[in-house]
Amino acid sequence: MMVVILEYRIDRRSGVPAFQQIVQQTKQALRLGVLVPGDRLPTAKEVAETSTVNPNTTLKAYRELEREGLVEPRPGRGTFVRRTLGRPETGTESPLYAELVAWMSRAAGAGLEREDVAALVTSAMEKQYAAGNAAATGSTTTGPTGATTTWRTGE
Amino acid sequence: MSEGMYAGQAAIEAYGLGMRYRRGWALRDCSFRLPAGRICGLMGPNGAGKTTLLSIAAHVLRPTNGSISLFGEAAGSVESGRRTAFLAQEKPLFRRFTVAETLRLGRELNPGWDQRAAEGIIRAGNVPFDAKISTLSGGQRTRVAIALAFGKSPDLLLLDEPMSDLDPVVRHEVMGTLLAEAAERGTTVLMSTHVLAELENVCDYLVVVSGGGVRLAGDVDELMSVHTLVTGAKEGDGVPSALGRHTLVESRTSGRQFTALIRPEGPVTGPWDMGTPTMEELLLAYLRSPDAPPLITPTAQVHGQGLGTGAVAA
Repeated sequence: MMVVILEYRIDRRSGVPAFQQIVQQTKQALRLGVLVPGDRLPTAKEVAETSTVNPNTTLKAYRELEREGLVEPRPGRGTFVRRTLGRPETGTESPLYAELVAWMSRAAGAGLEREDVAALVTSAMEKQYAAGNAAATGSTTTGPTGATTTWRTGE
Repeated sequence: MSEGMYAGQAAIEAYGLGMRYRRGWALRDCSFRLPAGRICGLMGPNGAGKTTLLSIAAHVLRPTNGSISLFGEAAGSVESGRRTAFLAQEKPLFRRFTVAETLRLGRELNPGWDQRAAEGIIRAGNVPFDAKISTLSGGQRTRVAIALAFGKSPDLLLLDEPMSDLDPVVRHEVMGTLLAEAAERGTTVLMSTHVLAELENVCDYLVVVSGGGVRLAGDVDELMSVHTLVTGAKEGDGVPSALGRHTLVESRTSGRQFTALIRPEGPVTGPWDMGTPTMEELLLAYLRSPDAPPLITPTAQVHGQGLGTGAVAA
C-alpha cells in the first residue's frame, strides 16, 4: 500500500465549496513541493476515510485539476501528478518576496493592524486577479477565507 | 454544472407523495428526484416527515397519495427491494446474536450477500466477531448495522439518523467507513440527519423537508451558489427596496443593520456586503421562513415538475 502524501483539511465553515478547497490545497502542495510529478494523489476512498469528505467532491476536484493539466488519471491505479506549480518566483528567495516583506514592514510602521493588511492584500489581489479568478473557479467568488484555507496547507 | 455528470439515472423519483396519520398529514405533495451515485442529506425539523419519507422509500410504509420509484422500479417490487437497504433509527439487531451470527443471518437472507465487505467493516472497527450484540457499545452496534446494510450490496442505502447516538470520534470514524464504502461501490445514499457537520462535506446533494413539503432540493454547490447573503445599513423599517427585484428568502434587522438571504435574479448592486452563505445559514433561513418560495434545482425535479415550484435555471 502506498503512503498517502497529502491529507486534505476541509474548513466546513468557510463558505468555500469543499471541492475548491481540495483544488486549492493540492495546488498549494504543488507550489511548495510537497507533491512532485509522479506522486499519486490519495484516492477518493482514502480521502473519504481520513477526512470524511464525500467521494464525489474529491473526484470533482480531481477533474478540475486534470482539466488544468496538473494531474492525470491512470485507470485502475489512481490519479497522478503531471507537473509542478513550483516556480522560482514563489520561493522566499525571490525578489518579489523581499519587496513584500519590505512593504509589510512599512505597513506595520504606519500602524496598520494584521486585519488592515489582510484587507488591503485581499482587495489588491481581487483587483488584479478578478477576471482570471472568475475563469478558474466558475461562478463562485473566493473570499479571504478561501485564501486562508490555502495558506494552512503549508503549516 | 452537474448536468453532464449526473443527468443519467435516478435512484429515487418521488411523485406527489402524501402520508396521513390519524393526527394529520406528515407529508404532503412531496416530489423530488435523487440522481444515482449521490450522497444526499435529508434535513428538516422534528416531525417534518423525514422518517416517514425514508420508510416509504424502504416500503415499510405505504403512502396515502402519490408514488415513489427506485431506479425506475416501484418501491416494494422484488427488484427495488434487492437493490435497497434501510437502516432504521433504532437499528434493529437481535441482541442475543453474536456479531458473526448476525452476519450469517444477513448471508442467509440476502442472495447477493458480500461477506467480505461486511467483515471488512466489522474489522475496521475492531469489533470482536464472537461478542453478543447486547454487549456492544452504541458505536459498535451502529457499525454492525452498517456492515449488515453494506453486506447486502445495495445500490441505494437509506439511513435514518445513523450517527445520532455516537460520540464525535466514533462518528468521524463510522462516517469515514460509510463514505469509503460508498466510494468503492458507487452506492447512492439518502440519510436523514440533524447534525450540520454531517451535511457540510459528507453530502453533495440535499433535500430539505419542512411543513410536510420539499423546501430545497438539489446539488449542494449549486444550492449554495445561487444564494447570496447581503448585509448592510437598514433603510426605514426593513430591507432596502432595491433588493425587491430578487427572490427574498429571509430578512432580519437588528439595530441599524439588515441581513437578507436572497436568490439574485440578476446582478446585485448596492452599498452592501455580499457573500456566499454557509450551509447552516441557508438551512436556517429556509426553515425559519415557511413562506419563502421553495427551490428545486433541475437535477432534483421529477418529470413534469418545475412549473410553479420556484425552479430556477442552473
